[in-house]
Amino acid sequence: MLKRRYKLWVTLTVLAAFHGVILFAGFFAPYSYSTQDRALPYTPPSRIHFIDRQRKVHFLPFVYGWKDDPQNYGSYVEDFQHVYALRLFVTGEPHKLGGLFPLRTHFFGADAPGRVFLLGTDGYGRDQFSRLLYGGQISLAAGWIAAGFSILFGSIIGSLAGFYGGWLDDVLMRGGELFLALPWLYLLFAVRAALPLQVAQWQVFLLLIVVIGLIGWARPARLVRGIVLSAKERNFVTAAQAFGASDLYLLRKHILPQAYGVMLTQMTLLVPQYVLAEVTLTFLGLGVSEPMASWGNLLSSLQQYYVLVSYWWMFLPALLLIPVFLSYYAVADALQERVKSVVL
Amino acid sequence: MAAVCLFLGFACALAVTQAHGAQSKEELMVTSNALGQPGGTITVAVRSDPKTLNPVLVVDESTREIIDCMNADLIHINRETQKTEPALAKSWTVSHDGKTFTLQLRRGLRFSDGRPFTADDVVFSFQLYLDEKIHSPQRDLLVVDGKPISVKKIDDYTVQFQLTEPYAAAERIFDGVAILPKHTLESAYKNGTFSKSWGISAQPEEFAGLGPFRLKEYVPGQRIVLERNPYYWKADHAGYRLPYIDQLVFLFVPSEDAQVIRFQAGDTDLLSRFSAENFAVLQREQTAKGYALQDLGPGLEYNFLFFNLNNVDGKNLPAIAQKQPWFQDVHFRQAVSTAIDRDGIVRLVYNGRATPLWSQVTPGNKLWVDSTLADPPQSVDRARELLRSAGFSWNNSGNLVDSHGRPVEFSILTSSSNAERSKMATLIQDDLTKLGMNVHIVSLDFGAMVDRLLNSFDYEAAVMGLASGDADPESEMNVWLSSGGTHLWNLTESKPATPWEAQLDQLMNQQQVTLNYARRKELYDQVQQIVARELPVICLASPHILVGAKNRVGNFHPAVLEPYVLSNVDELYVH
Repeated sequence: MLKRRYKLWVTLTVLAAFHGVILFAGFFAPYSYSTQDRALPYTPPSRIHFIDRQRKVHFLPFVYGWKDDPQNYGSYVEDFQHVYALRLFVTGEPHKLGGLFPLRTHFFGADAPGRVFLLGTDGYGRDQFSRLLYGGQISLAAGWIAAGFSILFGSIIGSLAGFYGGWLDDVLMRGGELFLALPWLYLLFAVRAALPLQVAQWQVFLLLIVVIGLIGWARPARLVRGIVLSAKERNFVTAAQAFGASDLYLLRKHILPQAYGVMLTQMTLLVPQYVLAEVTLTFLGLGVSEPMASWGNLLSSLQQYYVLVSYWWMFLPALLLIPVFLSYYAVADALQERVKSVVL
Repeated sequence: MAAVCLFLGFACALAVTQAHGAQSKEELMVTSNALGQPGGTITVAVRSDPKTLNPVLVVDESTREIIDCMNADLIHINRETQKTEPALAKSWTVSHDGKTFTLQLRRGLRFSDGRPFTADDVVFSFQLYLDEKIHSPQRDLLVVDGKPISVKKIDDYTVQFQLTEPYAAAERIFDGVAILPKHTLESAYKNGTFSKSWGISAQPEEFAGLGPFRLKEYVPGQRIVLERNPYYWKADHAGYRLPYIDQLVFLFVPSEDAQVIRFQAGDTDLLSRFSAENFAVLQREQTAKGYALQDLGPGLEYNFLFFNLNNVDGKNLPAIAQKQPWFQDVHFRQAVSTAIDRDGIVRLVYNGRATPLWSQVTPGNKLWVDSTLADPPQSVDRARELLRSAGFSWNNSGNLVDSHGRPVEFSILTSSSNAERSKMATLIQDDLTKLGMNVHIVSLDFGAMVDRLLNSFDYEAAVMGLASGDADPESEMNVWLSSGGTHLWNLTESKPATPWEAQLDQLMNQQQVTLNYARRKELYDQVQQIVARELPVICLASPHILVGAKNRVGNFHPAVLEPYVLSNVDELYVH
């Protein structure tokens, strides 16, 4: 039991820290997501050194710049002419901390004019690490918003169906099955094509995310319905009913609290699922548009054969996402255990 | 060793006697290419299964590539020189008014089923192409000024084509018009079942063509195998009847990446239509895997950014109508063009394997490019000056505003399936941000994008590309004529909306009837100058044609015109 609780808190801390970094991407990312360096497309990650070519040991870690490899067109070698020290709390491009407070300070960076690319650059010479952090804002927001809508909508319908039963239950649950069978991709294409161009891209994206969330209500609704069905037969519910409690009061005070655990578990399962949905949207050209970053468009470049065989660092974002998704599932797992032990 | 020489010598001698024996009747075309070795198989990949094997009905490019290997035309465009040369017609004369073409056909030729070829087949073929009920996509090319070309048989080996107007590109329209056998197709045509004949389920025996190969086997979803046509009408200068190879195999490989991998693995001998990035990938193993890649320089494709200059309905599309005064201002378009980093596009989008463009004709079009056109470098300062002169200014936060104080903000459409053009749009967006413009990129699937460009006009700007089928200016008529169907930036005008569009109309119409090349070139140069100055489309770059072939393929002479690697398939050999 202790061990289990320990696991939950550890994964929660990891996730919280990760979300914190994403939320303050402007501060933790050394560059903006759209800063292009047209002389440096597809550079490998910067190598961080302590010892330079003259075998001199430096106090601060440093990087060299990249320059074109004269022997091999399209690849790079380190330019040993200049040493650019890496420092903490450097001044760089302006950004807004958490989207609110304008700031020029970044958590780390290289001495100008040198640049540090922890995960290399993409085809426009943009820093992949910065894009990974900024992209997280879009992708996680998409995941949370869609999951939130699914749960909200799902629990309203599920509790109505479970609580009142009868024909309402039939109609709602059969309707849910209809939604499960809906080819949502075509629906999204139709929604996108119907919108006027003047609607900003992020609004379109937000709308699509909400649409995905809304059509995903059926599964949480079923779960909530099941719990409501069993909860309304309990003695304390019957007792409250005998005292003249209204339906709304019963649902709110006595029945739904029993479903909170399940909802929370569902949420942690749905968030990564909807983050992946964002990736799918981007693959289909329905995601956020350039130059904005999202995990979807970071990963979509991996579709191309030449990226797969030539630029290994383009895989790093994908690798870094694995622990994030794993922590989500670990939290879901741990929550489920707790829900079981509390409810039953 | 000696045995091999002897054997080869024998084969050659046999071929020579055959050719000599037939000379009295058969007028073979003798090529000047390097001598090759007979035998062997060449394998290439195409994107998809053929939709039909009927040359009159073919629509898509990959099917055409297969069909062209089984058929021949009267006058052919040499893909290397980009000029016309004799094919089934050994010579032709043009009347003084440029309206009558008299073609002398080669005598004694046979179709791949052994039956003779005469002027009747030519007349029959043109009858098929021009029959409105058959809906041949080629029909448009054979209709000049709304009137179809007329064909008359003079004798068994002479045909006469009659045009109602002189037509400068007349010789070129014969290219790719396959001559069909009357003896096999006439009954189907008379029964009204022609559109069903030579479909993909037809048996090899049903076909007969004049091309270097004939159908041997078609396995749906996998491959189509062509075998050497023993009656082909070309011979090398040693007298050997072409083609050299015994078999030509087309594999169906649906995507570019898959084709690259198959070529890398050695499954195919020739490769074309691949990106510069894949070129770089393949280049690394060039020597180890025994193939060679070539960068042929720019082809005919030009990519461009253009603004919506259509006469849009202010009620339905008020936001676009409000922005159009910017787009209609030539200074605005010039500023955009000046701000675009074309070298950046070449480097980042095409890995350096493209040529920056300032007008629509690429340097790949040897005979028609106006090489005197200026190529002004990118300059943000110059662009700002142009905008200032057009009444634009910048507000405190650095955003560009027009004379009414409205911020300049617009969206660029791209097709989500075209990675290159999306990438160009992203670079342009970044360049225009430096001018204080707020540019959005909207990527839609191709169908939805085309619908907006051609039907609803619900767009502000778009990145597109066009590639003419032929190097001749004639193939660009529908782009530059104000009434043309590909006059993308303004499809709504009933008469030229601007003086320079009127001038384009006049120049294009004039070049169409001017028979003298030098004079025609002058006219088309003027067209290019107007496009570069008025910028109805802001040309960006032309990708290079990249090809690859295994080292064992001889006589490999790829060209920047389609079909890039198979243009001399009859001369290819393997060693």
